[in-house]
Amino acid sequence: MATVAQEQVLPGWETRASRLGGMASGTWHYMRRNPELLVGLGLFLALLAFVLVGHLTVDLDKARPLSNRALLPPSPALPFGTDKQGRNLLAVMVIGTPQTLQIGILAGIIGVTIGTVLALISAFYGGPADALIRGIVDIGLTIPGLMVLITLAMNVKGGLSIPQMVLVVAALAWLFPARVIRAQVLTLRERAFVDIARLSGMPRPAIIIREVMPNLMPYIVASLVGAISAAVLASIGLEVLGLGSFDSLTIGMTLYWVIYYAAIINSWWWWWLPPIIIIIILFTGLFMLAVGLDELANPRLRRRA
Amino acid sequence: MRAEYLFKRLGMFVLILWLASTVNFILPRLGGQDPIRAQLGAQAAMGGNSQVGMKEMIAEYDKRFGLDKPLIEQYLTYLNDTLHLEFNFSMSAYPTKVIDIIWRSLPWTIVLLGVTTLLAWLLGTILGALLTQPNAPRILRFILAPILTLSAIPFFLLGLLLIYLLGFQLKWFPLSGGFDQGIVPGLDPKVIANMAYHSILPALSIILASIGFWTLGMRGVMVSTQGEDYLLFAEAKGLRKTTVFSRYAIRNALLPQLTALALALGNIVSGAVLVEVVFQYPGVGSLLYQSIRASDFYMIQGVVFIIIVAIGLATLVLDLIYPLLDPRISYARK
Repeated sequence: MATVAQEQVLPGWETRASRLGGMASGTWHYMRRNPELLVGLGLFLALLAFVLVGHLTVDLDKARPLSNRALLPPSPALPFGTDKQGRNLLAVMVIGTPQTLQIGILAGIIGVTIGTVLALISAFYGGPADALIRGIVDIGLTIPGLMVLITLAMNVKGGLSIPQMVLVVAALAWLFPARVIRAQVLTLRERAFVDIARLSGMPRPAIIIREVMPNLMPYIVASLVGAISAAVLASIGLEVLGLGSFDSLTIGMTLYWVIYYAAIINSWWWWWLPPIIIIIILFTGLFMLAVGLDELANPRLRRRA
Repeated sequence: MRAEYLFKRLGMFVLILWLASTVNFILPRLGGQDPIRAQLGAQAAMGGNSQVGMKEMIAEYDKRFGLDKPLIEQYLTYLNDTLHLEFNFSMSAYPTKVIDIIWRSLPWTIVLLGVTTLLAWLLGTILGALLTQPNAPRILRFILAPILTLSAIPFFLLGLLLIYLLGFQLKWFPLSGGFDQGIVPGLDPKVIANMAYHSILPALSIILASIGFWTLGMRGVMVSTQGEDYLLFAEAKGLRKTTVFSRYAIRNALLPQLTALALALGNIVSGAVLVEVVFQYPGVGSLLYQSIRASDFYMIQGVVFIIIVAIGLATLVLDLIYPLLDPRISYARK
């Protein structure tokens, strides 16, 4: 209590500066205890750096078919070589990586937003709304998601463009966040501070926004990472199955062409290695972030070593 | 009540069947895509100037597939057909029925998926349980990091890498397919050996990529049971460490693992579909890939429906086993 009083006496900017400094060093200290978070962020930043540097240095028009000779192995001029349609694969990766990420992030955000809203309604209002939402989530989670997405995708004329892909993938991305966050809201709802807010006459929406949401944030962020990872996986799955747009340059479409032209058994290694490495970096990074954030959200998981 | 639980669970299964078939019925009509018109149009385009008689042909086809009847009648017919697993003819292999082709490829997927899922679950669960023991062999801790990393990678990517490393470079395993050319799949021991040999790489990619998930899950549950009263009591009774570990700790931790298995089945099959594509394994996944490439609309619908039903059934079985394993659950109404 004394510290709070002192802070109020001090001029605002000084406190804020020192608090920011404290937060930064605190964050750093925490990161050193949570190496997964650090590795995850590092891998993610490495991908972003690749895309940024690529956008500045690579001629992106060369990602068009027939802009080079086909199937050239890597050379100083073409570090990633070209594919069978004469695309410069470095340019393809520079354009495709952020597109794939974009699909995942947008679909993930849509999914977690819908999931959180439904979870709050379900946990706070109960009754028929809760039964309905829980029922849909329970059933939805046992159905193989990719099958539903295939059904959706094959009814879209032509291949899925990127915005369409986002919507299709987001159609199921809310199920898991809804379940996880609902469980969390249920435990938060019973805490003393929520009781106090309720007894002091705070309206329910205000309790949700001002009391529950801030405490829910770590879980929301953690399930966002999970949702992004699932959405990227789903979009790549649809694209590998041939449901993406054929002139799209995403990582998934690159893999579609790799499989289509049997690049692996034709020893065109430069064609399939970069997309695979990018996906591995992406998924390992997201996985590490998820593990790290999980530990941040559930201190109980911290290693008992 | 046991009966009530059973009834509720069966109801959920029926609901899944109804939803899956209804979505299959509604979506194509919403999307305004008519498979027959599209197919006829494509054929007409290929054949050049054979536009004459298209209208009559479409009318004839509409009649034959019942598309000229009112929607509600079409819907009821569709539900009835789906119930009898009648998915019409395959468009790319015309005189053959969709369901006959599915029956041919389903056993491949069931065996591959069943064996790999069980193996991965068992190995992962054992590994996860052992990891929480202080006297576990040190090598386990070294395996953990690579296994966890592998679990972050999609099944089929690992498959691509395995094809390249173990198939293409080292030539230890065949690159693709479910059996050697010239072999007729059957139950002859030699043929089975050949099929098993072909399934090693696909199986390996599913097992290696999913084992970490189970390890992590089991380790988490085991850690959370450490320090529970019943474990302390078992130890205080003077039971041997191995007894406490196997009879008390593992047995209780297995239940959440089983729930996780029921929940993960959908994801596993989604991943396995792509593994089949990568290996051109003759299961339903490859069938799906080929029918998407050939725009074989009825075939896609049939395969999707069968996979949803199969997973629904597997989940149902797991859910019905669950109360038998956990005597605490009576599934009484709250």
